[in-house]
Amino acid sequence: MSVARALAGRIAELARALDGRAVRLMEVCGSHTMAIARHGIRDMLPGNVRLLSGPGCPVCVTEPGYVDAALALARRGVGIATFGDMLRVPGSDGSLASARAEGAVVRAVYSPARALELAAAEPDRPWVMLAVGFETTAAPLAALALEIRRRGVGNLALLCAPKRVPPALDALVADPELAVDGFLCPAHVSAIIGARAYEPYARDHGRPCVVASFEPLDVLHGLAGLLEQIVAGEARVDNRYARVVRPEGNPAARRVMAEVFEAADARWRGLGTLPRSGLRLRESFADLDAERVHGVAVQPGREPPGCRCGEVLAGRTEPEDCPLFDRTCTPAHPVGPCMVSSEGSCAAAWKYRGSQGRKS
Amino acid sequence: MCLAVPMTLVAVDADGGGTVELDGVRRSVRLDLLDEPRVGDVVIVHAGYAIERLDPEEARARRELFARLAAAYEAGVGGPVALAAPPPEER
Ligand code: SF4
Repeated sequence: MSVARALAGRIAELARALDGRAVRLMEVCGSHTMAIARHGIRDMLPGNVRLLSGPGCPVCVTEPGYVDAALALARRGVGIATFGDMLRVPGSDGSLASARAEGAVVRAVYSPARALELAAAEPDRPWVMLAVGFETTAAPLAALALEIRRRGVGNLALLCAPKRVPPALDALVADPELAVDGFLCPAHVSAIIGARAYEPYARDHGRPCVVASFEPLDVLHGLAGLLEQIVAGEARVDNRYARVVRPEGNPAARRVMAEVFEAADARWRGLGTLPRSGLRLRESFADLDAERVHGVAVQPGREPPGCRCGEVLAGRTEPEDCPLFDRTCTPAHPVGPCMVSSEGSCAAAWKYRGSQGRKS
Repeated sequence: MCLAVPMTLVAVDADGGGTVELDGVRRSVRLDLLDEPRVGDVVIVHAGYAIERLDPEEARARRELFARLAAAYEAGVGGPVALAAPPPEER
């Protein structure tokens, strides 16, 4: 633990060097949000250093209309393969978990590769893999598309809504209300896209960026790195996860993604429609596009009434400021996706910050 | 969905699959996202796919940095603890 104490001491010392100035640091990735909550990292920070969660939970930023399209497929007998986190996300009318309770074929998978086995086991049933996530997940999904092609699988398509992190950061830095002094950049998204991807936010927008892993000591080390830059009046990209993240990212993964996907405008819960922020299948993969194959379209859906997930995701509201937090909305009975997903800010706040964190 | 723990590649199959091992537990993994995967590579696995290799030199540098921090703390240095990367010759 002495490493943690040494890092906490360093952070305290840097915070004092800020001379009373309060700073807000945003963790962009859901894995950081979880690590920060689980290890009580907020409590280790001096009062003038605040942490803010960004739009880094892939399930949370997925709009309700996407869930509606998946439900429409499930209700007409299409087998749905999905990451488990999507199961309880509310659409406008029910969730995949409720559809499954009503008899729909919905299978939680850890890996997209598992969808190949599901489709092979039931060759007469059409299957759809729910393709959501950031670049870290989009790369495996692209590899799945290539593998469907290679094996000539005829009954497996993708309902595509993967998202790209940099356009979300573009939207955040363009928001004049968002006072963020630095970004703790994602670990494994960066493994794919590379540390260089954050240069515009440092160079053009003056925001220090530190890439860090999400082990607790790495998070502390990353936060210390952000404070070092702020104290020194600098803004650059500091890669503190160089053991995995290369400046240019993973070339093989980027190649696979570029072969399968192209950038497209996409709607985000909380941030609205952001240019080129999503990924869609290229025309040459149209036969794997569930929207075309099954004639469904992802339309804007209805947000759960009263849920402030959108504002939480945009860094404008803390979970505890939502009037439903811990009242009608709990992990056992989630109202919005930020309480459903284990990476969601509301779930993390509920589970780990405990009653002190809950305003009454 | 992310796992931070690196795993060692112990088998590479002809069809783009492979096997990783951590503490004696083996799992199958897809290797479509790595150029020239080799047995012995230490990899990061996400959603059943190896998404990147661990650079052993950088991993060692980070271990050493944290060990120095701990030593400085335990020695009760009191003054500022340097977090900056060590000079190249020390690595
Ligand atoms: S506490 Fe529940 S209702 Fe409120 S923002 Fe979070 S998920 Fe939505």
